[in-house]
Amino acid sequence: MGFPYPSDPRETVLLSKYFGDAGARSYTGWTERGGYEGVKTALGMAPEAVVEEMKASGLRGRGGAGFPTGLKWSLMPKKADKPHYLVCNADESEPGTFKDREIMRWTPHALIEGCLIAAHAIRAERIYIYIRGEYTEPLAIMERAVAEAYANGAAGENVFGSGTRIDVTLHRGAGAYICGEETAMLNSLEGKRGNPRIKPPYPAQAGVFGLPTTINNVETLAAVPHIMVRGAAWYKSLSLSNPKSTGTKLISVCGHVARPGNYEVTMGTPMRELIYDMCGGMRPGRTLKAVIPGGSSVPIMNAEEADRCLLDYEGVVAAGSMLGSAGMIVMDDSTDMVRAIWRLAKFYAHESCAQCTQCREGTAWTTKILERILAGLGKESDLQLLLDLSENMTGKTICVLSDSCAAPIVSGIQKFRGEFDAYLAKARTPAMATA
Amino acid sequence: MSLKSEQTSAHGGVPETTAPYQPVFVGAARAELERLRPSYPTMQALLLPALWIIQRERGWISEAAMAEAGEVLKLTPAYVKGVVTFYTMYHTHPVGRHFIQVCTTSPCSICGSEETLAAILRYTGCGELGATSSDGRFTVIEVECLGACGFVTPIMVDDDFIESVTPERVPDILARYP
Ligand SMILES: Cc1cc2nc3c(=O)[nH]c(=O)nc-3n(C[C@H](O)[C@H](O)[C@H](O)COP(=O)(O)O)c2cc1C
Ligand code: FES
Repeated sequence: MGFPYPSDPRETVLLSKYFGDAGARSYTGWTERGGYEGVKTALGMAPEAVVEEMKASGLRGRGGAGFPTGLKWSLMPKKADKPHYLVCNADESEPGTFKDREIMRWTPHALIEGCLIAAHAIRAERIYIYIRGEYTEPLAIMERAVAEAYANGAAGENVFGSGTRIDVTLHRGAGAYICGEETAMLNSLEGKRGNPRIKPPYPAQAGVFGLPTTINNVETLAAVPHIMVRGAAWYKSLSLSNPKSTGTKLISVCGHVARPGNYEVTMGTPMRELIYDMCGGMRPGRTLKAVIPGGSSVPIMNAEEADRCLLDYEGVVAAGSMLGSAGMIVMDDSTDMVRAIWRLAKFYAHESCAQCTQCREGTAWTTKILERILAGLGKESDLQLLLDLSENMTGKTICVLSDSCAAPIVSGIQKFRGEFDAYLAKARTPAMATA
Repeated sequence: MSLKSEQTSAHGGVPETTAPYQPVFVGAARAELERLRPSYPTMQALLLPALWIIQRERGWISEAAMAEAGEVLKLTPAYVKGVVTFYTMYHTHPVGRHFIQVCTTSPCSICGSEETLAAILRYTGCGELGATSSDGRFTVIEVECLGACGFVTPIMVDDDFIESVTPERVPDILARYP
């Protein structure tokens, strides 16, 4: 559903079916709605067979990178001669993204069930669910749900009588966007500063506590029970455009639409349909100027690109950007693009872990240059300087935070150059007092 | 445990008092930490949970408390400080009775969150970001994306997450925090 609005008939509601239904939160409420059947099926299968089912479903990671989930699970060692771990990434902090939060608030048992299935498939004895520190309500709801899962034999030493032991631990973050990056998350779990790690080794070889680990996003894991219950073939059939993008995607829509919220659509749904039909279009009297479709870390699209964009991994690339986490920031003609981009750069400057020079310096300098442009003190050469800095910030660091800062800057200058020029030519009133 | 004195106000320029440090990890708080121990293969992994317990009990994390966490978990005080200062939610100095965080990242900013922030600064009398009001009631900071971008402006008051805050709603909402 276009939560918090009533569901739109054009949505395909799997994960969001019970958003807003507080009765679905309890263990009993969840089993009455068909919950915990998928994990029972999975426990009756060999781990390899569960992995094959995921591969066949075409499910890809919903955390941003779109890595095939079955393939990721298959990279874990086949023998469990040492402990294996599953880490659920519930750090959701990518600007524009607010879907994992609703999954945890309304359907906590869906997430626990998905985690249990994944843990069985990768032979993990423990699941860590790393929840961002600010999500106090989702954390409290998850705490209750985990306790209920233990009380009902869904977690602990003998999951549903299968003889398999799987423990679940909730771990609260403490305010750091970078801890959403999977290797930073592993360090943070270990009680360290959240600095990303150099890969290889990959988490499947040496993850948390140096042991084989799989990291998956909340939405990815919440989709897993549906695949176990209804089968890979059915899931794969949910695809309107490219067969490499299957299933449904929760799209968080924010910014200048009439009805912001979470919309669940079949992969390949046109962005136009989402914005104009489901979200009620732009605010009255306004027109679309730009969309950042994948959370703030991807290139900005102009209205023409948004108009022809299909919402799946390939479709968004074809329209000049990336699906990312599908946090869609919609901007109308009232938006000052230079200011919006500056505020994103400031976000990345604040969140850089400061390990790599290109990122630490690059995010800070691009922010300062954008500030000076906004203050009416920009120089003609500043745009080239921004592009040069961005070039240095792309593909050169341990993680892609720095690339993420460069993406909106470069695409913003390419697609909305006139707005930068207006500040440089002093044709526009400064939007900031001093640089 | 060392009897290093705790700074009670590094913040407002008030002279330090020299009350002896009272350890956090005794009784129930110690038991709470012990209960978490089997969930992690290392002691070090208990650091973030331990710091949360300290902040809940004391409102902020002093150098003496960092030293205590280090002692309990077999980590050096310098290591603990390095971790504490990495994360934005741990307070390394005392804050007002109510700690307000207002999101102003782009998705919120383009929908007017800065006006809400200004209204909050006015209502609380904090004057500027990061400062505590003279009655000690509020501290207000800007925060990066709270993960509720469709419901502008999301704010946090202590552990309460409040959505769709407009300048008009500010007085009613904050009146609930005496
Ligand atoms: C800077 C940065 C921040 C990230 N933040 C998140 C996040 O908040 N949530 C998330 O699930 N993935 C995030 N990711 C992606 C994770 O590194 C990882 O790819 C993902 O959790 C894997 O899960 P998936 O395969 O199920 O998508 C982030 C990546 C980077 C580089
Ligand atoms: S940008 Fe404000 S909550 Fe995401």
